Amino acid sequence: MLRRRLNRLCGGDENRVDSRTIYVGHRPCPDTEAFIPSKFCDNRIVSSKYTVWNFLPKNLFEQFRRIANFYFLIIFLVQVIVDTPTSPVTSGLPLFFVITVTAIKQGYEDCLRHKADNEVNKYLVTVLEDDRSVKKESEKIKVGDVVEVVEDETFPCDLILLESSREDGTCFVTTASLDGESNHKTHYTVQDTEKDLQALTATIECEQPQPDLYKFVGRMHIYKAEQEPAVRSLGPENLLLKGATLKNTKKIYGVAVYTGMETKMALNYQGKSQKRSAVEKSINAFLLVYLCILISKAVVCTTLKYVWQSKEGQDEPWYNQKTQKEKDTNMYLKMFTDFLSFMVLFNFIIPVSMYVTVEMQKFLGSFFITWDKDFFDSEIEEGALVNTSDLNEELGQVEYVFTDKTGTLTQNNMEFIECCIDGFQYKHRDTQSEVDGFTMTDGVMNKLHQKAGQEKEELFLRALCLCHTVQVKEPGSKEALTDQVDGIDGILPQLEEERGFIASSPDEIALVKGAMKYGFTFLGLESKSMKIKNRENNIEEYKLLHVLNFDPVRRRMSVIVQTKSGETLLFCKGADSSIFPRVKPEEVDRIRMHVERNATEGYRTLCVAFKQLSAEEYAMADKGLSDARLALQDREEKLIAVYNQVETGMSLIGATAVEDRLQEEAAETMEALQGAGMKVWVLTGDKMETAKSTCYACRLFQRGTELLELTVRTLEDERLKRQEKLYELLQEYHRKAVQDAPPVKAGVTRSWSANQDYGFIIDGATLSLLMNPPLEADASQYKSLFLQICQNCTAVLCCRMAPLQKAQIVKMVKNSKGSPITLSIGDGANDVSMILEAHVGIGIKGKEGRQAVRNSDYAIPKLKHLKKLLLAHGHLYYVRIAHLVQYFFYKNLCFILPQFLYQFFCGCSQQPLYDAAYLTMYNICFTSMPILAYSLLEQHIDIEILLDNAALYREIANNAMLRWRPFLYWTVLGIFQGLLFFFGVRFLFSNPALQDNGQVFGNWSYGTIVFTVLVFTVTLKLALDTRHWTWINHFVIWGSLAFYVFFSFFWGGIIWPFLKQQRLYFVFANMLSSVSAWLVIIILILLSLLPEILLVVLRKPRGPHSRQKKPSQSNVGGNQSSQSSARPLLMRTFSDESNPVI
Amino acid sequence: MRKSSCRRGGTPGKTEDIRMKNEEEASERPDNTAFTQQQLPAWQPVLSAGIIIPGFLIIGLAFLGIGIALFLTSQTIQVLEMDYTGVEKDSPCFRCTSPSNQTCTCEVTFSLSTLFTGPVFFYYGLSNYFQNFRKYGVSKDDYQLTGDTQYFKSPRDVCFPYAHDSKNNPIVPCGAIASSMFNDTFELYQIINGTKKKVPLDGKGISWWTDYNIKYRNPLPVNGSFASAFDGTVKPINWPKAAYELDLTDPNNNGFLNQDFLVWMRRAALPQFRKLYRRITEGDYATGLPAGNYSLTVYYNYPVLSFDGRKKVVFSNVSWMGGKNDFLGIAYLVVGSLCVVMSVVMLIVYAKFKFSDDDDA
Repeated sequence: MLRRRLNRLCGGDENRVDSRTIYVGHRPCPDTEAFIPSKFCDNRIVSSKYTVWNFLPKNLFEQFRRIANFYFLIIFLVQVIVDTPTSPVTSGLPLFFVITVTAIKQGYEDCLRHKADNEVNKYLVTVLEDDRSVKKESEKIKVGDVVEVVEDETFPCDLILLESSREDGTCFVTTASLDGESNHKTHYTVQDTEKDLQALTATIECEQPQPDLYKFVGRMHIYKAEQEPAVRSLGPENLLLKGATLKNTKKIYGVAVYTGMETKMALNYQGKSQKRSAVEKSINAFLLVYLCILISKAVVCTTLKYVWQSKEGQDEPWYNQKTQKEKDTNMYLKMFTDFLSFMVLFNFIIPVSMYVTVEMQKFLGSFFITWDKDFFDSEIEEGALVNTSDLNEELGQVEYVFTDKTGTLTQNNMEFIECCIDGFQYKHRDTQSEVDGFTMTDGVMNKLHQKAGQEKEELFLRALCLCHTVQVKEPGSKEALTDQVDGIDGILPQLEEERGFIASSPDEIALVKGAMKYGFTFLGLESKSMKIKNRENNIEEYKLLHVLNFDPVRRRMSVIVQTKSGETLLFCKGADSSIFPRVKPEEVDRIRMHVERNATEGYRTLCVAFKQLSAEEYAMADKGLSDARLALQDREEKLIAVYNQVETGMSLIGATAVEDRLQEEAAETMEALQGAGMKVWVLTGDKMETAKSTCYACRLFQRGTELLELTVRTLEDERLKRQEKLYELLQEYHRKAVQDAPPVKAGVTRSWSANQDYGFIIDGATLSLLMNPPLEADASQYKSLFLQICQNCTAVLCCRMAPLQKAQIVKMVKNSKGSPITLSIGDGANDVSMILEAHVGIGIKGKEGRQAVRNSDYAIPKLKHLKKLLLAHGHLYYVRIAHLVQYFFYKNLCFILPQFLYQFFCGCSQQPLYDAAYLTMYNICFTSMPILAYSLLEQHIDIEILLDNAALYREIANNAMLRWRPFLYWTVLGIFQGLLFFFGVRFLFSNPALQDNGQVFGNWSYGTIVFTVLVFTVTLKLALDTRHWTWINHFVIWGSLAFYVFFSFFWGGIIWPFLKQQRLYFVFANMLSSVSAWLVIIILILLSLLPEILLVVLRKPRGPHSRQKKPSQSNVGGNQSSQSSARPLLMRTFSDESNPVI
Repeated sequence: MRKSSCRRGGTPGKTEDIRMKNEEEASERPDNTAFTQQQLPAWQPVLSAGIIIPGFLIIGLAFLGIGIALFLTSQTIQVLEMDYTGVEKDSPCFRCTSPSNQTCTCEVTFSLSTLFTGPVFFYYGLSNYFQNFRKYGVSKDDYQLTGDTQYFKSPRDVCFPYAHDSKNNPIVPCGAIASSMFNDTFELYQIINGTKKKVPLDGKGISWWTDYNIKYRNPLPVNGSFASAFDGTVKPINWPKAAYELDLTDPNNNGFLNQDFLVWMRRAALPQFRKLYRRITEGDYATGLPAGNYSLTVYYNYPVLSFDGRKKVVFSNVSWMGGKNDFLGIAYLVVGSLCVVMSVVMLIVYAKFKFSDDDDA
């Protein structure tokens, strides 16, 4: 961060202005004022955080910024400064250990980063300098350098493409490492630049670096001798980003515009904001309680000490006189140091090791997700990916699931189903059974009712073939320049007739393939001319004049082509809502029916329109487009304005229906999630009808679900304004779903009884109306009404959502009452915002690139894996970590309580009960491993049962194991046991002659007996809680007990030369030689565990009972799923029957 | 017994097996081991009533047995306690409590009606005496006490203010614990027909074996003289004689190895404590103290009244469980009967639930 800021500064004043001027090749240009070599960052990428020099101070500083570490540091310092009962080693050693381990880990990681940085920075690149090619280290590239890049190399900085070895002035690039899109993108050289780069004198004016990968505006001034400087616009298509790889092109030359930390890649390399889990919040709350306990203990002891000392003869008995210095000290200062001493004595109640253990548990535990072979998908040869291990337990607490539709619920594997040309429906069948004279080379067009005219058919199919941005994958060395087949990831070579296509959106491929089935084959785009093979196997050629790119606001795209005969045609395809207003109304009526029917059947529909442009029209459009593309400011807006202007007055020729297949087990997964008490919201940018049918197919909406619609359509009302209607509807739905409905039991969303289910549908426009009403005052009221309705619905569908709106919804739910835990799952770049917003973000390794995966917390190959991730892994992790946390607090409470009680028996003199070694080792060695093993391996319920019975997930809903009740239970247990340990031994010591030789035991024997009972009790308590004993549990539990005994013998068996006091010498061995000590240890352990055992037993009648019942209970769900999986996904009939669509 | 069910790792279907073979080469594929799949065979104990009830019964009965044994043993142990602080005016040691009386002896008499079975252990007890003060507890120099004469000259800081006398001579052994060593001495006589017969008191074996043999060491004699090893040092202020004069009769019981010293140096856990003073194991009294009258001569030196303390002597014999301690026996009896009662209650509860279970099924 700091580095980056510094780098920003090093750009100097240049950075302050809105644009920067770059001199290509550092050649001064005429007609500009004096050539000032501008200062920009060098091309060094610094992703490392530390250098050798600042590692120690910086790392320490960062570590001690953590509140826990800081607390322990303070305790340590107090121990060093003030005369305290325990040596600084007892708290210094664990702290040192923790800090060192963390520092080593971070240092190692930083070392790797340095290495990676160096690899990039020292990479040799060729730079054109004064007519020569010079090899330079990448980090020495300056802005303005002309850089040469050869095929398969990555670009060393952001370059403006000046010259390409391809004839048409293009080059191909993959940006797989930037945004994960593996398709080839075409970039263009700046128009009309000199072929001779040495002679090129030009300046580039462009905006200051900004992180958006897809935005770039700039202008190039080309100076030629005795000519007006030519101006060329620069856009993202001219910019080659650092990190992208050159493909299919021998070499290119480009001029560096952004270097080093100012490249778009570096600007995007920002760590995600840290998400914190709810468990951590609970820990902090508990910590606060324990801090209060700690402070009150210290206060009580300090007070008692001075009360006790005020009695005559107690303060300074003759046998324990104070030094002169002590006598002279100010009383209040003494009180304060006493207070600090008590704090130090009791500080073990908040253990350093808990943080270490929690971290380790999370880190190690997350491996089980990556290792899980159920998450392995053989198609993409990948398993699950864990990007952050901090949220494992959050997976067990999810209340709201926000899912994307396309690619998540559905496969994003498009298949052309049918089309409708001029109002006639054409359905494609694979079989040739129903041939009715329309047979073509490799497809059958089955006209259901009547044929449209031949001409219209062909126009429609040509439109499908032309209106797209699909590239043909070159299977062999078709092009002269391509000398190798570059790996187009994921798409395996297909049959010759099944040509490989590469496109940014899968429906485009589906459409092109669909057209192929009807006889029109797209052969490819070569130097601006598109080739089509028509039904008669003739090659038609079209000159591609303009591509009016797709964008989510317009929801359509167009191409302008010129036929051989010189006609200029515009083909446009897009969503019905965006096409219908732009075509003649009478054409719409014929097609609308088909479109709507297709939409309710769950297909994605696109309408195709065309328009013939006259020469004047084209000239106008061409000029408009060129002007807009040259604009430096507001280029987007200007372009859209031109687009909108051009795309009018078209005539509708047909519509297509593409099926987006449901993901494997999508319905079962959704059902399981709902069964687990989660509320599923579908957030999609898709049309309402399509989304709704997907919801039905996924069984989010059931047959009996009453749909509450809040869309633009329902808002249309003659009498009322939209705003008023919205309010009215909200009121009405609220009455229906919230007030009239019987109170829903917490956590139970889908009741199997006769309760009416509600489904809620809202679209983007209405949502924005709801979120930003004209009257500010209404906003909160609307929102709360909306939220209340949604909370009472089994499923909510939000359609036509912009990416930001998705995040907005997630945020709204996240911040609603009770701050429920939200989970977002999506696969595309448009889901990133909601993935980042939700508590847990899950990316699907789908086909829409890797952006979602990179921004997610967890990534899984398929939607169906979500079930196991939540129901099994999430549940187990939650139970494990909750138990871990509670157990840690408990074991330290009963560890320190006897020490506290002992103060009443030693004149509150801060005498520790346990030896320093025991104080230090208790949390590090004696009791840490069993709980760590437990928290990694425990399966209180088998994974299979968890998966079969989703309702089990509800048992841990709402942070059930970390609420105040269980916390109180554990605390009471800790207090009970602490009291028992101390007073049990206290009564035994009423006669300290415990050996059969009449000798007496001293204070260290006392402490050791208490400590032995303590270690055994807390370990056995854990053993009682363990429901899943693997050999590791056995090894660790019995092993750590054995280690305790061994250590005690060892520690007490040797005169340690480095110890000033041999306090424990033979204390443990002597203790074991006393029968009474044995007996008291045994009875105290048993007595401490007795309530626990009793509780287990008393709970037992329910235990096996419910466990036996579980299968039968799950039959409710099981029957349904078996029944439903038996029938094919009859979503057509299903949705038709249950929900007649308007 | 516990219903334990062992699970075999994984139940992969046939198709999965085949698929796995095909893709074993795939590097990304996770290891299919029981551990990584969280399918380690595990013992899943179920604490069912079938094991809990008999378990409780057995434990309860065992505890009852131990409890009875403990209780009976504790009852057989004879204890005789006598406070000799001299707070009450009529007590024999009252006159010794006045500070003016420097060397004072007093005589406490008692009579035994039955034989006090031997070996009899003779303890002294102090109350309201905080040997477990933190500052007090650390106020000693273990290096000195291991006979390292280097540390005689410069005692550790923790010994202050018991490190040097007023003339700045180093005190050996330094520190509060050593300085406050209990220095009352006792002589026990049996009164037979008016004549006093001395009961021999055995001062050996009263301290921990390891303390005497390993942990504490005397300095090596200098020029054959043990005392000169202490040259340049002074005795602790409260001591009547120096460390090397603690027992001039027995060199093995002298200096830091004096067993009374060792006993004192092992700090008591609680402010009310007793420490072993002598054992009565010799001569006519090896089998115990016969019935009769006895007289205990107390050389009263140790002041406790300033801090409201009490001093007492305790005669006791010991058993396998140590000294008399009713607590342990009672605790075992209570817990044992609790377990038995619980098992009976649970049996009733369980029977009821079991029937209802059957109804359900």
